[in-house]
Amino acid sequence: MTTVTDAGQTAVDADRTAVFDAAVAADERIEPRDWMPDAYRATLVRQIAQHAHSEIIGMQPEANWITRAPSLRRKAILIAKVQDEAGHGLYLYSAAETLGTSREELLDKLHAGRQKYSSIFNYPTLTWADVGAIGWLVDGAAITNQVPICRCSYGPYARAMVRICKEESFHQRQGFELLLTLSRGTEAQHAMAQDAVNRWWWPSLMMFGPPDDESSHSAQSMAWKIKRHSNDELRQRFVDIAVPQAEALGLTLPDPDLKWNEERGQHDFGAIDWTEFWDVLKGNGPCNEQRITQRRTAHEDGAWVRDAAAAHAAKHTERTTARSAQNEQEATA
Amino acid sequence: MTATVSGTTGAALVLGDDALVLSHRLAEWAGHAPVLEEEVALANIALDLLGQARVLLSMAGDEDELAYLREERAFRNLQLVEQPNGDFAHTIVRQLLFSTYQRFLYEALAGDRVFGPLAAKAVKEVAYHQDHAEQWTLRLGDGTDESQARMQRGLDALWRYTGEMFRPVDGLESVKWQELEARWSSSVTSVIERATLRVPEGPRTGAWAAGAGREGLHTEPFGRMLAEMQHLHRSHPGASW
Repeated sequence: MTTVTDAGQTAVDADRTAVFDAAVAADERIEPRDWMPDAYRATLVRQIAQHAHSEIIGMQPEANWITRAPSLRRKAILIAKVQDEAGHGLYLYSAAETLGTSREELLDKLHAGRQKYSSIFNYPTLTWADVGAIGWLVDGAAITNQVPICRCSYGPYARAMVRICKEESFHQRQGFELLLTLSRGTEAQHAMAQDAVNRWWWPSLMMFGPPDDESSHSAQSMAWKIKRHSNDELRQRFVDIAVPQAEALGLTLPDPDLKWNEERGQHDFGAIDWTEFWDVLKGNGPCNEQRITQRRTAHEDGAWVRDAAAAHAAKHTERTTARSAQNEQEATA
Repeated sequence: MTATVSGTTGAALVLGDDALVLSHRLAEWAGHAPVLEEEVALANIALDLLGQARVLLSMAGDEDELAYLREERAFRNLQLVEQPNGDFAHTIVRQLLFSTYQRFLYEALAGDRVFGPLAAKAVKEVAYHQDHAEQWTLRLGDGTDESQARMQRGLDALWRYTGEMFRPVDGLESVKWQELEARWSSSVTSVIERATLRVPEGPRTGAWAAGAGREGLHTEPFGRMLAEMQHLHRSHPGASW
């Protein structure tokens, strides 16, 4: 074994950093076997884990309506959607595994409250229309956030996002269509749709994260091309897309200050209640406790299943080994 | 109201209700499964069954009217499929008992004039459901002491609901029920034994439940299941969704 002097090590690091920086600058993809700075790896693990956790916690508010879906067609669409979210969770945990972090480890952190998921899922789904509002607004906001990640500098994450975005845009159209049906339906259905949009609009705007001047991770993530646009840019893009869609739905958005600004060529919108955002993030949202408790319970209740599967696999391996040893013995005898 | 429909319509309800009700039970697992892979698998099976139910109920009338506006006594599904999920072992036992039956039933119907096209397509899906249930039965039966005990409890509890599966159904004349039962019995027994579990000794039908689910006689949990499933639809009469 050769010992590398401190100076030598520093020189190697500097070379590697230069290669990494050049690759990022040239818009090349960083792959799992490539060298990468520790902080880049940690940032990716944090972001991918949070994204994966959001997918699996996000199953809960929608699964809340599967057993009450009012038509078989809607029921099939909703089961498929919740299933897609589990699938997204799987791709994303796999992407995190390419960075050397196991799914088990990340789930433990989620269950211990040491890693976050998107705060939007700490709001309750109170009526059937909430399923539509989540599809239209929450998935709409998620797509706005995620499309740029398809060009993220880390290959496995970028590729997972391409697939996820395709499915998300499908979900968003289904949510829009659900709301349109309600909006054009009976008076009670229309009121249900409007109420859901009123409750989900502001939390959806908060999904883009704090304003740019208060976002702690943004600058470095932009430099590494993990992130491509600022929180405020993406939020503005989402508002500009949502306004005409709300009109098409025949529903209003609950913001008296929302109006077209001719000069900016964008919509102005009212001030976001950041106190609420930070409060929900800290754990005081309407469903934080409920969501994480359900997740922990499912995991703990499933422990005996995972133990049994592992025990069975071990027995199987043992038997196969014993059998081939015996065969070998017989062959040589 | 008891089920008085007969012939093709009645048979479509029998097959459709089995699929509809089991799909609903499996979908109740969403967000509660022991591993992420099973979230995907259970939802997948629920979706296959729901797809079959929609085709079958549409052969008997309007799928939503039939699913959402019938009273409990008009449903013709087996009592087995309406049983609550219990733990994962209980669900897997229910899957093993039912998917083995459904697979052989659809195979028997593959040449049927009315149900042949659906059966031929669905049997491929059901073969996967059966495989999924068998693999888990082997893992859990021959896993840990705890998983084995849970599987045995599930088998002992659900065994009494398996007898009614083989009562002849009007409109399914191409099925040889005794043969179906023999195939089912041999397949299920073999899996149970390979999983180091015991075939229950108890009877395969309840003393009281003559005709049971097929005649519209259900168990207590079914009423609650329907109350939840039908509530929203019934709260808005005539609305489109």
